[in-house]
Amino acid sequence: MSADVELQGVSIAFGDFYAAKNVNVKIEAGEFFSFLGPSGCGKTTLLRAVSGFLEPSEGKVLIGGQNMSGIGPNKRPTSLIFQNLALFPLMSVADNIAFSLEVRGVSKQARRKRADELLDLVALNGQGDKKVHELSGGQKQRVAIARALAVEPEVLLLDEPLSALDLKLRQKMRTELRAIQQRVGITFIYITHDQGEALTMSDRVGVMNDGQLEQVGSCYEVYQAPSTPFVATFVGENNAFSGKVEKVSKSIAKVNVEGTSFSGSVGRTTLGDPHPVGVGDDVIIFVRPESLSLAKGTKAPKNNFSADIETIEFEGNLKNIYLKSNKNKSIRFSVPSVFDTSDLTPGSTIELSFATESAIVLPSGPLALD
Amino acid sequence: MGGFFKKNGSIISTFFLIAITFWLIFLILIPQLYMLDLSFRPNLPPLLRGGPDDVYTLTHYKHFVFGSETSKDAYNYVDIGVFVDTIGTAILVTIINLCFCYPIAFYIAKLATPNATRLLILALIIPFWINELLRSFAIRILFAGEGVINNLLLEMGLLDAAVNFIALDVALYTGLTYAYILLMIFPLYNALETLDTNQLEAAKDLGSSTIRTHWRIVIPHAKAGIASGSTMVFMLTAGALATPVVLSSPNTFWFTQLIYQWFNMNDNWSRGSAYSIILLVVSVAFVLLMMRIFRVTIGEVVR
Repeated sequence: MSADVELQGVSIAFGDFYAAKNVNVKIEAGEFFSFLGPSGCGKTTLLRAVSGFLEPSEGKVLIGGQNMSGIGPNKRPTSLIFQNLALFPLMSVADNIAFSLEVRGVSKQARRKRADELLDLVALNGQGDKKVHELSGGQKQRVAIARALAVEPEVLLLDEPLSALDLKLRQKMRTELRAIQQRVGITFIYITHDQGEALTMSDRVGVMNDGQLEQVGSCYEVYQAPSTPFVATFVGENNAFSGKVEKVSKSIAKVNVEGTSFSGSVGRTTLGDPHPVGVGDDVIIFVRPESLSLAKGTKAPKNNFSADIETIEFEGNLKNIYLKSNKNKSIRFSVPSVFDTSDLTPGSTIELSFATESAIVLPSGPLALD
Repeated sequence: MGGFFKKNGSIISTFFLIAITFWLIFLILIPQLYMLDLSFRPNLPPLLRGGPDDVYTLTHYKHFVFGSETSKDAYNYVDIGVFVDTIGTAILVTIINLCFCYPIAFYIAKLATPNATRLLILALIIPFWINELLRSFAIRILFAGEGVINNLLLEMGLLDAAVNFIALDVALYTGLTYAYILLMIFPLYNALETLDTNQLEAAKDLGSSTIRTHWRIVIPHAKAGIASGSTMVFMLTAGALATPVVLSSPNTFWFTQLIYQWFNMNDNWSRGSAYSIILLVVSVAFVLLMMRIFRVTIGEVVR
């Protein structure tokens, strides 16, 4: 069984401080949904409101269509995996997993049987008698998942459970979490500040900043069609050029950036409508590092500008070229590693350009901090 | 040793060594060994000490078990009775103390806001600036026949006649429990404070009741603290003197009062020493037995 989760105008205040402000989202049954945002953006607070450890100051949390207000965490069809996992160190692995069954008075044999089934599910067969401290980080992770699944929740809530693992293990656990979710078929709500995690695992992502849900969409949408400057800069890398709108025709805006004209497509709001930008508005035009290309060789290049190469950084699958424009603005330009950069030496000036379709124009707003 | 000197510097290291050696040898080891030796010697007037009659004997230990030679009873029922009563009451007081302090320590460690924590700790400590004797007399005034509690209950019409709380030993139990409350609360607080709050939430999320969460998660975590606090409270209660003198009923006699009598009133230091040693050995044995039963190591207790 899996249930949908709906947040209707949820605000959570601690005194004068709003950890979450008017959050509205509907997470479908069986979906893998991630809340992505920097630390302190209110995503954990939101998860605690879904799990029942907090009551929203305003608004409602609905699970499977039912209003959850006044219903405690032990009475909700949710199960929470804590950031530090919160396994019980003095119990064996099997006792940890079957704790929720022990609570319900299930017999010892039945508990053991269920624990063994769940250990199989998370690929830890035969480890039930071990103590928690005898397990590796990745194994503890799996025990936490098995323990949470033992309740047979309709919604599994995960609070950055992979953050303590090293990179390789984290990547492996991502794939595994996704596979477990597909196998059990219940709704997963995942909290993370790591965009890689959110983008690889989720069906949809909700990007949060400062207590507000800035954009909800598929991983592709959030990356390709950000609807706020924050999302544009928080998810993936982006070059941001601030300027004023000179002309708008159809969905193309011509923007004057410190004397140079650039064209880009007008971004869409969270609701899917184009942002209403008019002549004279302050906007930011966003160009991804991989959307830039060398202007040399292209015929009648549009959106071109020159910049000085500062450093070239090799990152394995790609090379990042850091440049400074003549207006002293930092620019990042990425090319695949196979690209020949032998004639691009630090100090030399190159001409870059980008396609109008790959640039997005959004009304000015706060950017994500680097 | 060289490492110790290197790490702490020669002045601090020398101070530590001298202070600890002095403390262990002069203040603990020598007096206790002297008492042990004395307990195996006959009670002789000063002139005869060191003479031919000053030989090792079990007479004082025999007296505790079998009574005086003129007694008709097979065993020393009076002294053994007092001893068993004392140990039994000390156990009971330790249990009451634990039941009373556990919720307080849990509240301070896990539920209270930082401000409330500071306030509560102050409220616990400040009354102990008043000395033990005064506190005991205050409790006596509270529980006396014409005392505050009786008057209040009579006034409210809840009682028809005054209750003799002193004779019922209610005052004694209360006084003894309160006397060592801090020695229970602080080890418990220390142990509970290190418990990850997420564990409590995880248990709750998994459907556990408050009682089960405490039984399965909090108490096992705090086991060493419980053992540490209980050990101290038990030892000190069994060895208390001032509180029982002030608060016990006329027919309750504390074993320390007996020891005190042998030393001071009967001027029989040897017998007093033997009785002290008996109390010490039995208390330590009892504590070690309890630690064995509850599977706590001495290392955990002193942590």
